[in-house]
Amino acid sequence: MSFFFEVLIGGLLSGVMYSLVALGFVLIYKASGVFNFAQGAMVFLAALTFVGLREMGIDFWIAFVITLGVMVVLGLLTERIVLRPLVNQPQITLFMATIGLTFVIEGVAQLVWDSQPHNLDLGIQDVPLPWISDSTGMNISTFDITAAGIAAVLVTSLALFFSRTRIGRALRAVADDHQAALAVGIPLQHIWGIVWAVAGFVALVAGMLWGARNGVQFSLTFLALKALPVLILGGFESVPGAIVGGLIIGAAEKLAEVYIGPMVGGGIEGWFPYVLALLFLLVRPEGLFGEKHIDRV
Amino acid sequence: MLYREAGQFKTSYAADQQVFPIRQDRIGVAAALVVAFLVVPLVANQYWLSAILTPFLIFALATIGLNILTGYAGQLSLGTAAFMAVGAFAAYNFVLRVPDMPILLAFALAGVSAALIGIVFGLPSLRIKGFYLAVATLAAQFFVVWALTHFPWFSNYSTSGVISAQKMEILGFAFDTPVRKYLLALSIVAVLAIAAKNMVRSSVGRAWMAVRDMDVAAAVIGIRPLPTKLLAFAISSFYCGVAGALYAFAYLGTVEPEGFNLDLSFRILFMVIIGGVGSILGSFLGAAFIVLLPIFLNTMAPLLEHRLGLQLPAGLTSNLELIVFGSLIIFFLAVEPHGLARLWQIGKEKLRLWPFPH
Repeated sequence: MSFFFEVLIGGLLSGVMYSLVALGFVLIYKASGVFNFAQGAMVFLAALTFVGLREMGIDFWIAFVITLGVMVVLGLLTERIVLRPLVNQPQITLFMATIGLTFVIEGVAQLVWDSQPHNLDLGIQDVPLPWISDSTGMNISTFDITAAGIAAVLVTSLALFFSRTRIGRALRAVADDHQAALAVGIPLQHIWGIVWAVAGFVALVAGMLWGARNGVQFSLTFLALKALPVLILGGFESVPGAIVGGLIIGAAEKLAEVYIGPMVGGGIEGWFPYVLALLFLLVRPEGLFGEKHIDRV
Repeated sequence: MLYREAGQFKTSYAADQQVFPIRQDRIGVAAALVVAFLVVPLVANQYWLSAILTPFLIFALATIGLNILTGYAGQLSLGTAAFMAVGAFAAYNFVLRVPDMPILLAFALAGVSAALIGIVFGLPSLRIKGFYLAVATLAAQFFVVWALTHFPWFSNYSTSGVISAQKMEILGFAFDTPVRKYLLALSIVAVLAIAAKNMVRSSVGRAWMAVRDMDVAAAVIGIRPLPTKLLAFAISSFYCGVAGALYAFAYLGTVEPEGFNLDLSFRILFMVIIGGVGSILGSFLGAAFIVLLPIFLNTMAPLLEHRLGLQLPAGLTSNLELIVFGSLIIFFLAVEPHGLARLWQIGKEKLRLWPFPH
């Protein structure tokens, strides 16, 4: 039983990391109706830039601020170059455009920095928490707990930002209807710029945590693929959905790997979340917390 | 002037319903076929045949497959490579396990296998659409590659999961040299492309386009969305499956499941977007473009290096390739959503009058 809980908690904590990536998707989707496939590439770029600056001997916080600046500039450029010419296009066109953006970002990131794997040290140790392993015999990493804490802070502040501030309300108005938002005087371009910048910030946090965990390398871009089932499960436009979806996917993936995996030869982590999300989709196409306006066919 | 259809009167229904109603088009297509079948094998060298022309044809076939699904029926798929993988491994197993299996029948059965898998993964399209569906096809992508890797039966218990395509022989005639492989691929692609061209202007193709443009309206005028979409998935997967079989048999020779990864799917999606969404000709143009671009970049980079006398960083071309691909996608989506095929269309319009102003 203790083993079950260890797997479960390990899964939940890795789910938190998925949630962090999914959060970036949700932010952009909420505000612009764009499903940003490039989020994984943004995570990669942020992590690579940060680690590159750190290796040049730059102080932690200065590197953080510079990277944040890079991500903000990237967001603004994306809005200007990619999204503005595509206003009023079908969502699927915008989605394909972000696939193109993914390739550009990956290429630029590897061109500017190199494509070698890097190690990133955030000063958080990846060791089991002593008091939990003493009292229950389970291994829960300090790093995972810290990551979960950071994610919780991030989500709370974003939720407050969306519901309590003027900009947050403008964001939701834009998400609801571009034209109506324009009609009441919300500057669409500014709003999109802001939201892409915020998504860049989330990508930076996710990139730092994932980078510290697994090393900064090209496989970070595949995080986007990990986050997709999370989004389907949680609903595309829900911040809590991203969190809960992440937790469910993380836990289910690990449990399936441990309990179902051996029966079919293992390695099912790659597709199990998708199948889970698909089955869920057949029952509830809008996800757990999504808004109910998906066109049924 | 060159392209004017004046004086070409239709005097029968058959003439009015030709695949290519304009005489210049017919001549052009016939000339292209003659060049491809007769001239190319004589003049092209081994490198061109086996590294450029054969993959171009195979990718064009896969692109037609994806174009049927995405361009005509409006269902975005990110799992093209998975259906190609099904085709490749099915053809391998049919030839391996059925004695005296004719290779063409094996290819056809490979297409049918891919079509069946396509129908299974197309089922969610009845409930969902847009990028929810795209994610569903991603599930196909990961699941198929995983299944092919983890069930050794598919690769005949080869330790590395790599399969080596058997020799191709039709009625005792072996297709073993690059020229012969090219001709085999060309014949299959030509037949399937003409079939596709006919299909998309038949009632089936019109039903696909109606569902793509507005599924509710399509249902109102009596098109059943369910079978229509599933048929699009099946036919699209059939084309991809045959393309996958050719990919293994006529192009690479040895393939592994990991070779049919998401990158390949994206590459074929790019061919569709750049060539032209909803155009058979565009599928060929897009495939040619994407096949040639990396080769062009790879030959240009050393030249540039030599000319400027500076040392370019390693891996430059592969990264440059990513950037160029990505930028082109964004460019085409924003500026010319109908791709190269639309440019060709505009060129034809211009040629109707050229060189006279009226």
